[in-house]
Amino acid sequence: MWKFASCDGCQLTLLDCEDELLSFAAEVEIAYFLEASSAPGPGPYDLSLVEGSVTTPEDAERIRHVRRVSKRLVTIGACATTGGVQALRDFADVREFTSVVYARPEYIATLATSTPISANVPVDFELRGCPIDKRQLMEVVTAFLAGRRPVVPSHSVCVECKIRGNVCVLVAHGTPCLGPVTQAGCGALCPAFNRGCYGCFGPADTANSRALNAKLRILGMSDPELVRVYRTFNATEEQFMQAAEEASGEADG
Amino acid sequence: MTHRTVRIGGLSRVEGEGALLVRARGGRVIDLRLKIYEPPRFFEAFLRGRAYDEPPDITARICGICPVAYQMSACQAIESALGVAVTGPLRDLRLLLYYGEWIESHTLHIFLLHAPDFLGYDSGMAMAADHREHVERGLAVKKAGNELVATLGGRAIHPVNVRLGGFHRVPRRQELAPVAERLRRAREHALATVTWVAGFDFPDVEHDYRFLALRHPDEYAILSGSPAVSDGSSFPVEDWPDHVVEEQVQDSTALHARLDGTTGYLTGALARYALNSPRLSALAQEAARDAGLGKICRNPFRSIVVRAVEVVHACDEALRIIDGYVEPEVPAVPVEPAAGVGHGASEAPRGTLYHRYRIGADGLITEAAIVPPTSQNQARMEMDLRELIEPRLGLAQAELAALCERAVRNHDPCISCSTHFLDLRLDAR
Ligand code: SF4
Ligand code: SF4
Repeated sequence: MWKFASCDGCQLTLLDCEDELLSFAAEVEIAYFLEASSAPGPGPYDLSLVEGSVTTPEDAERIRHVRRVSKRLVTIGACATTGGVQALRDFADVREFTSVVYARPEYIATLATSTPISANVPVDFELRGCPIDKRQLMEVVTAFLAGRRPVVPSHSVCVECKIRGNVCVLVAHGTPCLGPVTQAGCGALCPAFNRGCYGCFGPADTANSRALNAKLRILGMSDPELVRVYRTFNATEEQFMQAAEEASGEADG
Repeated sequence: MTHRTVRIGGLSRVEGEGALLVRARGGRVIDLRLKIYEPPRFFEAFLRGRAYDEPPDITARICGICPVAYQMSACQAIESALGVAVTGPLRDLRLLLYYGEWIESHTLHIFLLHAPDFLGYDSGMAMAADHREHVERGLAVKKAGNELVATLGGRAIHPVNVRLGGFHRVPRRQELAPVAERLRRAREHALATVTWVAGFDFPDVEHDYRFLALRHPDEYAILSGSPAVSDGSSFPVEDWPDHVVEEQVQDSTALHARLDGTTGYLTGALARYALNSPRLSALAQEAARDAGLGKICRNPFRSIVVRAVEVVHACDEALRIIDGYVEPEVPAVPVEPAAGVGHGASEAPRGTLYHRYRIGADGLITEAAIVPPTSQNQARMEMDLRELIEPRLGLAQAELAALCERAVRNHDPCISCSTHFLDLRLDAR
């Protein structure tokens, strides 16, 4: 378990599997997990789970090392898979950012971008979510241990809403919702709590955000609001990027 | 011996990344720096230009261990800027959600991060081989906390149900019944945990701490209150910027906070207990007495006992709220945008967490400031380490390194809030 720039929430998800944790720890050797253990084992490792994005020159080096010592490398969470919330720097001037937060920006070594792990090294599988879902995490780890592909859906949150029997907040209440363009995995959590999806699992495979934007505008969302909602936890993901550009008029059309 | 270097491969069982550099000459520590090099994530910078209602979801992502703390401090800061107060059953529900986070976060620290130090294991999972019933008990308590957060918030990490003014949807009474059932068992386990950890072997260390914690007239302050200091002073949360000044130190992405011109104050479990223990629930007070805690505890290694007592309190209070729960008429009170500045502070499990926002008339944030507990405690952690190391410079290096790691873990630091390695480099001549 490796950590880059992140909030620790995704690796914590493993410790939150209370019912499975002890039997899991008995089945596999957890060789490196600094949040949970002070005895990191030496590599090579069969399966590395990587949380967090690459934001410093040292980390760009460290992820190459992790890749070299790992047979399989799986990213967990929005940070590792898309750059995370810290990728909001990609749309700004990082030197200006540094001077807002630090009186002596010259002490701070940071990159102008926050990149997903796949932009730095080859990745075997990416698990989405901010944070990831623990049932999905169990599926992914089990699948890799068994040597098969994980079964993780690529359809949208809307499908999960139907499965869960949620009332559609968009249709029934006129609440703006990114469910139609967001990848399933959470079990359609927000609509179950009477709120629109804010896209924390990133874009679904076949996201049609142009159609959704039109609908969201009818519901009263302004273009700046549209830009903000796409630019939050998965801002640099291709489809969300295009959707934000379309809303801001930055796109060609 | 003229020169020696100790390297421990990463500070483990804390949240975030850090390193410790120590230089000693002739038996005295001449330089000690706890380096925190979690990469900066710039939350305060990119919150500018975001809408007034976004910080609860966004700042939750600062920390996966205490997202509710970020949500609560953010909500209260913004609500105060906009002249809204959340009271009655909605406030009770916020407290209830927060108790859930307290139970899970403290229990994680006690069983998986801290207890292994006292029993000589590398991890809670390794400890489970010999102390399975204790670890299982811990996991059961943690699960009760997680379920409480998930019931109210949708999920245990980065809950989705919190909003300005209250919640998106409030729970029905019957939704809380199974959680209450689990909490009742958790409360029993929590009492047993106090007895278990109170029996650990504690290093004989006491520090002369200056404490800071929130204080509330009739609650053991968690959700809200006014900052109070152990010298007897206190100030309204709006005056925070006049009292707490953050300074940047070289080699660290977390800032050092100073309180009223002095450095090295402590916030967190020991501080809350020292300032507020008479407001703990009767059951928690009794547990503290039986554990021999006294009125004030200055031994940081014993903070594990204080945390265990706080878990009893949280279970107890959560049950009290559930028993008296009446579904609120609306899930949230309206919060309309306007220009203003607001301050908010709450007690994260690791200590006081302060937020400030300036909002423009268009509802967009123009300035955000966030002071997390770890940055407040960092200077004091360095003082702890200095006081601990100096008389023990003769110890074998591995032993000294292990002791330093333990001393840092006593404070349950969450370095994610800036964002995991403690390298101890000891250079002694
Ligand atoms: S993806 Fe979200 S939950 Fe996971 S580490 Fe990043 S910020 Fe935390
Ligand atoms: S509904 Fe959307 S925002 Fe809510 S948890 Fe699921 S993916 Fe995340």
